[in-house]
Amino acid sequence: MTATDQPTIAPHARGSVVWRRRRAAAARTWFELWAEPQGKAGVIVLGIAILVAVLAPPLLGQNVLSIIAATGRPFQSPSLHYPLGTDEYGRSVLSLLAWGARPSLIIGFSAAIIAMVIGTAIGVSSGHYGGWVDTVLMRFDDWALNIPFLPLVIVLQALLGRGTDKTILVLGITSWPGTARILRAQVLSVKARPFMDRARALGASNMHQMVKHTLPNIMPLVLANTTITIAGAILAESTLAFLGLGSPSLNATSWGSMLDGAFTAGAVSRGAWAYLLAPGLAIAIVVLAFTWCGNALEKVLTPRLQSR
Amino acid sequence: MTEPRPLTAPAAAAPAPIPNAAPSPNAAAAPTPRQPSDGSPVLETADLHLTFTGRGLRKGFDARAVDGVNLQIKPGEIIALAGESGCGKTTLARTILGLETPTSGSVGYRGNPLRYSSRALRAYRRDVQLVLQDPTGALNPRQSVYEAVAEGLRIHKIAGDEERLVADALARAGLRPPERFFLSYPHELSGGQRQRVVIAGALALNPSVIVADEPVSALDASVRGEILALLLRLRDEMGLSVLVVTHDLGLAWNIADRIAVMYLGRIVEVGPTEEVLANPQHPYTQALISVAGSHDAAGSRPELLKGEPPDPTRIPNGCRFHPRCPALADGRAAAAGVASACTTAPLPMLPATTDAHLAACLLHPEVRRAALAAE
Amino acid sequence: MTLLDIKDLSVTYRTEQGPVPAVRGVDLSVDAGKTLGVAGESGCGKSTLVSAALRLLPRSAKVTGQVLLDDRDVLTMNWGELRAVRWAKASIVFQGAMSSLNPVQKVSRQIAEAILLHEKASERQARARVGELLEQVGIAPSRMDQFPHQFSGGQKQRIMIAMALACRPQLILADEPTTALDVMVQAQVLTLLSDLVRDMNLGMILITHDLSVIAQTCDHAAIMYAGKVVEYGPTAQVFGAPSHPYAKALAGAFPTIGDHASRYAPRGLGGDPPHPADLPSGCTFHPRCPVARDECATVDVRLWPAGVDHSAACVYTRDASRSGEGVPA
Repeated sequence: MTATDQPTIAPHARGSVVWRRRRAAAARTWFELWAEPQGKAGVIVLGIAILVAVLAPPLLGQNVLSIIAATGRPFQSPSLHYPLGTDEYGRSVLSLLAWGARPSLIIGFSAAIIAMVIGTAIGVSSGHYGGWVDTVLMRFDDWALNIPFLPLVIVLQALLGRGTDKTILVLGITSWPGTARILRAQVLSVKARPFMDRARALGASNMHQMVKHTLPNIMPLVLANTTITIAGAILAESTLAFLGLGSPSLNATSWGSMLDGAFTAGAVSRGAWAYLLAPGLAIAIVVLAFTWCGNALEKVLTPRLQSR
Repeated sequence: MTEPRPLTAPAAAAPAPIPNAAPSPNAAAAPTPRQPSDGSPVLETADLHLTFTGRGLRKGFDARAVDGVNLQIKPGEIIALAGESGCGKTTLARTILGLETPTSGSVGYRGNPLRYSSRALRAYRRDVQLVLQDPTGALNPRQSVYEAVAEGLRIHKIAGDEERLVADALARAGLRPPERFFLSYPHELSGGQRQRVVIAGALALNPSVIVADEPVSALDASVRGEILALLLRLRDEMGLSVLVVTHDLGLAWNIADRIAVMYLGRIVEVGPTEEVLANPQHPYTQALISVAGSHDAAGSRPELLKGEPPDPTRIPNGCRFHPRCPALADGRAAAAGVASACTTAPLPMLPATTDAHLAACLLHPEVRRAALAAE
Repeated sequence: MTLLDIKDLSVTYRTEQGPVPAVRGVDLSVDAGKTLGVAGESGCGKSTLVSAALRLLPRSAKVTGQVLLDDRDVLTMNWGELRAVRWAKASIVFQGAMSSLNPVQKVSRQIAEAILLHEKASERQARARVGELLEQVGIAPSRMDQFPHQFSGGQKQRIMIAMALACRPQLILADEPTTALDVMVQAQVLTLLSDLVRDMNLGMILITHDLSVIAQTCDHAAIMYAGKVVEYGPTAQVFGAPSHPYAKALAGAFPTIGDHASRYAPRGLGGDPPHPADLPSGCTFHPRCPVARDECATVDVRLWPAGVDHSAACVYTRDASRSGEGVPA
């Protein structure tokens, strides 16, 4: 890329130029993501899911969830009025599905953010400091990795009690071990690059080196890993809800609790196959979409880093 | 000493990386670094040792990377630290910078030994700065030129108008007009320009000493001259001391006032460049010069040493150079009566000096006497 | 006897941004028992030149011109003949030899592979030949069953040379054979190459950016800039009395120890070697040339004679050859 003559920028305007460049770089990433077939598919599906999660509750109204106000007969087959049939209380499965998007996505995002913060902090510290800090943190990580995920989550949720916020906490503190390890490996390779030596020679403190140099250079991996963690969290939440550990409120619903309801009420033997299939497919598709996005992001962001 | 006049290009007609305009007539006077005024050395090492202990599979194999070095750097001089790979010159430079902690011995700055607390090191880093070999790797690809140069200022919370200090440093490093480079990213600049940005980053802190590790080996040959001329200019205009680590004796001949040649962790010869390169006393230096090709000895057959330098985990007993020493092989050592001493006595550790021409070889009467006296 | 004759070779890469000329009309030749050094910096096309000579470039590269090896044009040979030529007539010692050796195969196996691919030899005969070759390059034949990591950098480079000699070629193309080696080891390897050329009457092309290497080992030198040869002649002439301003600048970048003219006088050029996709018009060197004239931006440069068997692509050389004056210093 040949440089063009840059005009002199006054100091007060310089900040905005820096932001303009950042926005331009973000726009480039977006277009490249869109160009990737996996990226395009993932973004479209997620866009629909988020749209549904945001728009459905206000459009459909609370009544749709109320058991008392249920208008249909239990376990109706799909029809024009109830495109996916009804559940055991006569509520429209489609409305339940639309309502269920929100808690699944919210819990997924929030838990993943907590897990990423913990995982990044541990991975970066471990990789940067090395020595006994690294040994201690990684042995801890080993131990955490070795505990089977689902039993641990179930036990913790049962201990803490049910509820959305508690679920977020439980999933957040159990989903970080793999991330920490992957990030640590990347940190080790960044640490060996000459500009880290230069930062040390300039007199940078450890915190400065980690925050201003290491973190920006591993950000692509962090982002890609986040999307995959979200997928895992949504799956885990659905599992918890299916096992009866979801939100205790009767009128609240998530895809996992729909599966639980369908299973417990014996929907399949009643012929209401849509009741069981719909939430399952929704979970699968959303998780797949996140995974696609994660893969495409990694592909898009990594070669650019190398070309620089 | 003639003033260096590097060839500079006229304004580019075709698209090219950002060209350097002519120096502006009213450039600010360069600040002078804090140098000791009495001519005493600004930096010195005393009996410095650095051993990398073998871990895991390499347990028991300790690498004595720096094995007894006494080096002094005068204010306002360019001293070259020369040697082949594995001789410990980069490790020595990093130890001087405080990036590695010595196993024994000390590094002294302006007479005071260096302490390794983070506060002491940070204060030290304002005075002794680093320029790395690979300018592309040395700059964070996500930082603009302005941020890269300002980083040092921000870390040390240096008072003053940051923008002016950054512009000043860039101008002193030869990037003019400096404002034009503020928002560029490293990949938009040429190799020479990137190295100037790294140098500007070091200059921003107004150091007394710059340690340059192979500053031009990653650059194209035709571009090297400008960076070397810049180092000379910094020495002349600002009184900066520069420690240049290099494997290239020609580079030392080009810009260094003094040269220290290292082999397997020890300095084997030190002295003013003209004396050492025109009249080398140590057999290793003689071999290196004969291979590099010299003006006076043009056409003579180069003296090839056999084999390669052993690695620092297996330093030979006796004089560490004796297995490859041509003086031992062709009988000069025997003629001088030191042949047996060469295989038993270790290579002498040279004392620190700022002007003398010393060679760590038993063929030298003074060194032999000192070594015998020490036993 | 002329072993290799390159006539008007041009290589253009097809890229997304359009055609990129890497080599633009190069004429060179090498005789048996002689060494030709090709010097230049990044982007000058020297490595492309060598790969093109054995048709080792990817399909996206368009190659025109002739590469006459023993009077047969390599560029128009059929596949079978080309395979026979590769390694048996002309072989390459690659850059970065350390990474060219397979770390999980014994050295003997790797050298033997070259032999077995070209000659109808038995395993035993191949092994015997491997022993001979290692001895020729100064490595104890008893080490032939060791793995690459057990050898030092200089020794690995010697193994690469042994591999290049495996099929008794007439021509060796050495691409930066001593970069990344220490100066002493470099001298050892270069001496080895010179001895081989002399003893086996080979022809050799040595590609490097380091002029001192060429000064030590080559009979003739060609200096390339932006895909063209800008100066050519006997090594002593090209370095002792260069004609082209770029050759002068390049020679100035490698000061000789003891030469007082270069003491405290580093000489360099501003700017950078041009990117092949972005070449200046006329003489491609004119933006960086200290003595450029107006016509340099438009003139069509060719190699003009500057002495006996010595030519340079500079307008000053052209004028001097007509009037008898020298090039301004």
